[in-house]
Amino acid sequence: MGEFTVHRVRFFHYMPSGICAMAFNRRTERLAVARTDGSVELYSRTDHFFQEKVVPGRQQRSIQALCWVGKRLFGAGLSGEIAEFDLDNLRLKFSQDAYGGPIWSIVCNPQGTHLAAGCEDGTVKLFEILEDQIRFERNMGGQKGRIISLAWHSSGTKIAAGMIDMIKVFDLDSGNAVQRLLVERGSRMQQSQECVVWSVLFLSDIIVSGDSAGKVKMWDVNTGTLIKNHQVTEWDVLTLSVSQDETSLFAGTSEGTVVQFQLLDVVLGQEEKEWVRTRTFKNHTHDVIALAEADTVIISGGMDTQLVVRPLLDKLDFKSRDSSLLKILFPQRSLVSCAKKAGLLLFQYPTHLELWRLGDTEGHGPPGCILPVSRNPEKLLHLKIKGEDHVCCSAVAPCGEWIAYSTTSGIRLYRLQRDNKNVSITKVPKLPKVLRHAHQLCFSPDSSHLYGTTSSAVHVVALTSAGCKFEHSLKPKSGSTHPVRLLAVSSDGKFLASANSNSEIHIYNMHKLKAHCTVPVYRSGVSAMGIHPETNNLVIVHADHQIFEFSIEQMQYTDWSRRVQKEGLHHVWLERDTPVINVTFNPQNPNHVILHDSYMFCIIDQSLPLPDRKSQFHNQLTLKSLPEAERLKHSHAFKECKLYQPLLCVDMLENQSLVVVERPLLDITTNLPAPVRQKKFAT
Amino acid sequence: MAALYEATTLCVLNVGPGGSDSGISGIEPSADDDQVVVTDSARSVTVYKVSDKKALGSWTVKQGQTVTCPAIYNPQTSEYVVVTDSKVIRVWKDSDINIDRAFKTTVSADVWRVLSVPDSEPLVLFQRGAVRRLDTLLADPQQPVENVLPEEAVIRWSAVLNVEQQPCLMFLSEQKGETLLLMQRRHPDSAARYRLEGGEAPLSCSALPCDGGVRLFCLYSSGSVYESVVPIRGAGGVVEEVQPLPRTLLLNLPVGEGKLESASAVSLDDAHVALVGVPHPSAGPGKDFLCIWNTNFQTLQAAKEMAGRIYGQLWCSCGKLYVPHGKSLSVIPFKCQKSSLAAAMGKLRQAGSNVPASGLYTSVPSWTAATPDMRSTKRTLLRSRDVSFLRLNQFLEDVKIASAEEVQKKVSAFLSNLKNLHVIQVAAGGLASVLVSRCQEQPGFYPHSALVQLVHSQCLSYSVCPHLLTLALEKKDYALCQFCLQVFPDIPEAVACSCLKAFLSESDGTLDTVSLERDSVAFVEGLIANSTQEGGETQQNGFCPTTQVEDGGGGPTHTTPAVLTRSSMPLDMKCPVGLHKAVLLNEILQVAYSDCFLLLHLKTLSAPQVILFLQYLQFLYGKYSQDLHTQVSALRSPAMTQILDWICLLVDAHFTVLVMAPEARELLSHLHKVVRLQVKVFSELGKIEGCLQALQKAKQSGDVCQYSIEVIELF
Repeated sequence: MGEFTVHRVRFFHYMPSGICAMAFNRRTERLAVARTDGSVELYSRTDHFFQEKVVPGRQQRSIQALCWVGKRLFGAGLSGEIAEFDLDNLRLKFSQDAYGGPIWSIVCNPQGTHLAAGCEDGTVKLFEILEDQIRFERNMGGQKGRIISLAWHSSGTKIAAGMIDMIKVFDLDSGNAVQRLLVERGSRMQQSQECVVWSVLFLSDIIVSGDSAGKVKMWDVNTGTLIKNHQVTEWDVLTLSVSQDETSLFAGTSEGTVVQFQLLDVVLGQEEKEWVRTRTFKNHTHDVIALAEADTVIISGGMDTQLVVRPLLDKLDFKSRDSSLLKILFPQRSLVSCAKKAGLLLFQYPTHLELWRLGDTEGHGPPGCILPVSRNPEKLLHLKIKGEDHVCCSAVAPCGEWIAYSTTSGIRLYRLQRDNKNVSITKVPKLPKVLRHAHQLCFSPDSSHLYGTTSSAVHVVALTSAGCKFEHSLKPKSGSTHPVRLLAVSSDGKFLASANSNSEIHIYNMHKLKAHCTVPVYRSGVSAMGIHPETNNLVIVHADHQIFEFSIEQMQYTDWSRRVQKEGLHHVWLERDTPVINVTFNPQNPNHVILHDSYMFCIIDQSLPLPDRKSQFHNQLTLKSLPEAERLKHSHAFKECKLYQPLLCVDMLENQSLVVVERPLLDITTNLPAPVRQKKFAT
Repeated sequence: MAALYEATTLCVLNVGPGGSDSGISGIEPSADDDQVVVTDSARSVTVYKVSDKKALGSWTVKQGQTVTCPAIYNPQTSEYVVVTDSKVIRVWKDSDINIDRAFKTTVSADVWRVLSVPDSEPLVLFQRGAVRRLDTLLADPQQPVENVLPEEAVIRWSAVLNVEQQPCLMFLSEQKGETLLLMQRRHPDSAARYRLEGGEAPLSCSALPCDGGVRLFCLYSSGSVYESVVPIRGAGGVVEEVQPLPRTLLLNLPVGEGKLESASAVSLDDAHVALVGVPHPSAGPGKDFLCIWNTNFQTLQAAKEMAGRIYGQLWCSCGKLYVPHGKSLSVIPFKCQKSSLAAAMGKLRQAGSNVPASGLYTSVPSWTAATPDMRSTKRTLLRSRDVSFLRLNQFLEDVKIASAEEVQKKVSAFLSNLKNLHVIQVAAGGLASVLVSRCQEQPGFYPHSALVQLVHSQCLSYSVCPHLLTLALEKKDYALCQFCLQVFPDIPEAVACSCLKAFLSESDGTLDTVSLERDSVAFVEGLIANSTQEGGETQQNGFCPTTQVEDGGGGPTHTTPAVLTRSSMPLDMKCPVGLHKAVLLNEILQVAYSDCFLLLHLKTLSAPQVILFLQYLQFLYGKYSQDLHTQVSALRSPAMTQILDWICLLVDAHFTVLVMAPEARELLSHLHKVVRLQVKVFSELGKIEGCLQALQKAKQSGDVCQYSIEVIELF
């Protein structure tokens, strides 16, 4: 197969943000996850929790609660504003101040007509949901004490509000509090501390509360009496979630555990039922702040930035992707762009960009050795973003002379001039007005054009040393308005492929500046794609790990692609739980396709046979031990390498050396805040 | 190893007139493991729950009727079966309150026993030897019953065993001074008769299935336990001819005066036999014990004194032994583990490779594994061996009266003639006992060399002849003591301690005249010579070598020079005891012991003895610390750990005495220094360990840097 020189890069200090709110939409099967940097991510439950869309964050924006109303997503936070997210354009649609101080919680009624927001000033504010906005209707309550959590009864006539040391139940008809449930403070030293009801649930006949004394309490709705008290943890119970049929309940705690309660028969076969604590999952190191229950899985997220999908049907006999624990820690899009000709790396942080030049070596050595670095890598540029919005995409031209980035409020293009030691940067003025904000940016291979996409079109901007000029806008024939996730340009600059979040792929002919064709839509989202530099074949990898190769010139799937579909991919490959992030090619060997996900990179040799069901998929060690003559007999197309992980980027430079950008897990965990202290033996 | 647990009293006995009869005719398992059916020899049958010591049910027949066979429980039908007045079979269930109202039927001949068969219908054995299944008999009670045995024959014992998934009935009948074993099997229908050797009827019998046959254990009134293997023929057919049944001597128990009258043996597994009514070898006669003996090693595994009269009855059921004694029926749970040599000896005497090299031990194969081929040799040698047993008895009688020289000649002839290890093993114990008791009776008689030869034959152990070692001590025969200490694997801590006391209190002058085993002497000589030699060198060139204070041959430590000065650590101290005393003390050090028992006996040492011994141990420790013991090669030498253990034990046992005694002060302070040095060394080692770990970690994390260029190869 061959030797590769690998630039192992660990100086991209990517740091994911903690999860602070989640909402699951049962109708569309989408999970919305809000992070502490203000960004919102959308995952598709049906598509192996593939990250479809990301609404970039903004400084000062903190989201405390998310709420789905039909297909609309609302969020509210400590800024005191209620905002709706525009999921087509991936930005805020509008935001409206509730005038009640910081908002801790929002819920919508089961009918989907009203929103209730729990505010710092102790009021529950009701908003009517209109077509394009929300309208304040009235206030409820209004004594001292903030409202931390809210829950709406399924009848829509009552709201339970979790406050400090108590829970109030409001009647919507009268607007008055009809019940006041006092929550006792914790034992021992916590006696003096007030007890915060972090979460309430309003089931058909009971109210469930989770509080800072570490208890999950069940209250009778009619009498307001405490039915059952479960001491779950020494610390706080931060969040609760209930299944749709109200038979199973989850509580997330500060210790990082998720505790399940189930409504079970007291005596088998009899009517009488009781909530029983059944299982405890510990998949987090830090506070579990948000929980969502999606039929057969419980999704949890918290301060340790991981999204954990825990299947509940763990007694399944066969192993599949749906029955195994899934941890999502890394973004499912590339935050690194690589200038292949110039050997530059552009790292995208939320509030700044870094441009690095890779080091060099003159040494040669056998496989496995570390070569002496003759020139150290160099940080050329640290570019701070103007404004409060976070970066949503960025790109560096292959020649390394242009850098572009976009936030939700604007696109900026910079020209970079490098002589021996000095780097100077000039902002290119007068970008075309149509390109106000882009979901994806990319440069043509000869660095003569910049392509930017909005949800409706691909805009083409010509770049010259004098400045830039708008050339054309290409719109898909279907007129779809889904945001574009990926762009791919052929190396001759003739074709541009764009994949949107609805997994449609449009191919444009950039010489004629018109749409060329579309690729048949596959049920799973496009996680990565790339156009082959020689054959102009588009290699597409989907979130379910299916691989297609589409010949752009012949407008049909290639023979290899048909063979893959006919023979089927190996089950080990299909069971991988992180999606492929990037597709790239080996300029020296046209048969090589390089793919990578967070935990491995893989070179597919299209000239070799595909692995059949019985053959060993990870066969690198076996092959290594075989004499050279026998290797070919045992080798198959997938050459997997797990030497480097977790990976944020794998790309191939023009001089046939690989660049891998690693982010060691240890570096992330050491940067997290300290978890709650737990008594361990002899400490 | 076998162990007997705490005894509990199940019920009070209804002792018959004269007190010779326990009043119990049988104990049989009942519905579950925790229940037994106890049959009174008079009129009643009682079911007990053993763990609760509670009667679950009791049935009594009418006055005038007697129960003639122990009641059994038939798990197939959940019914109890008993025979009254020899001919009336009664069957009842738990729910029946009155036995007279239960089912009964009269059969045409006298019944000897009803025997329960595992997983099958019970069998009825008639007094004249005929056998019927209970269900067929009940279906036609008046059916004619044939006579297998002649009229004068008496059945002594009967049992049913499951052999190769088939029930096999066997019983012993005695007639005209001849004991016959009859065996019957149903599928295939077969019967066989065997004549037991020796003629006399055994006191008690017990049988165990083994592959391809049944092992029959018989206890005779002479105190011998014999084993016979009864083959099971695959093919059916009735063999009318009486075949001889060879036997092998398993145990020859000390009986004391007279013969055994009421004793009983039950085989627990293939290596253990429980015996009741046989005297304990070290307790005096007249006391009654329940003992478990290992037949492979002829060692006593566990014993328990039974208060009151023993009736020679013993039953075993579900891991518990039932013994009627005095006025109560006791239940004693027991446990027999698979016997291994190490378990039989308690603790292995000496770790390391020099055990087999010493030549004092023959390598002992795994006993359980060795049985099949041993059995074949046994069979072939049976004839000749029996002859030798006959001669043996005669020989023992001779030894009792012969003079010391004659005894010596006879013993050496005996040991050289009988090459068969097994016979010697059995005989040597008896011979030694005879000699020892004769020595005790006649003060002038002491056949030293004969005893040494016996000990050297390695067939003796402490439990076989417990008085030998004490006798040697009494006679101040220290050479014999040394051999005993070397050879016996099972010396009790008390005896070891009394040896120690005797050695310590004996003057060096007396001891130096004793001829001891040369190798051990050479070892001590080497130790002493080495120290003087080294001292000489030191003076010659005036160089003071840094002494090593580490134990067991580690590298030199870099402690402060002050600690290493000669004055603080008298490693080159003179040997505080004479050469031969040191040799004997070394033997004591190598005796296997259990520290909690030893500690008790160590307390009986006097303060001067303790101090002397401690000084000697300190001397040894000093020598060992200098690595000298590796230069002096010996087959047997105390290990460093043994020395340290003994120091600890001695200090533990006599701490207050040592603290108070002024002459012990120096010694204690030296020992204290030794300990402090050790602690220091270990703390330094701990630090080094920490450093090394840190180094290892640093090496691992060394390759984690921000940037590197590597070469990989994919295949």
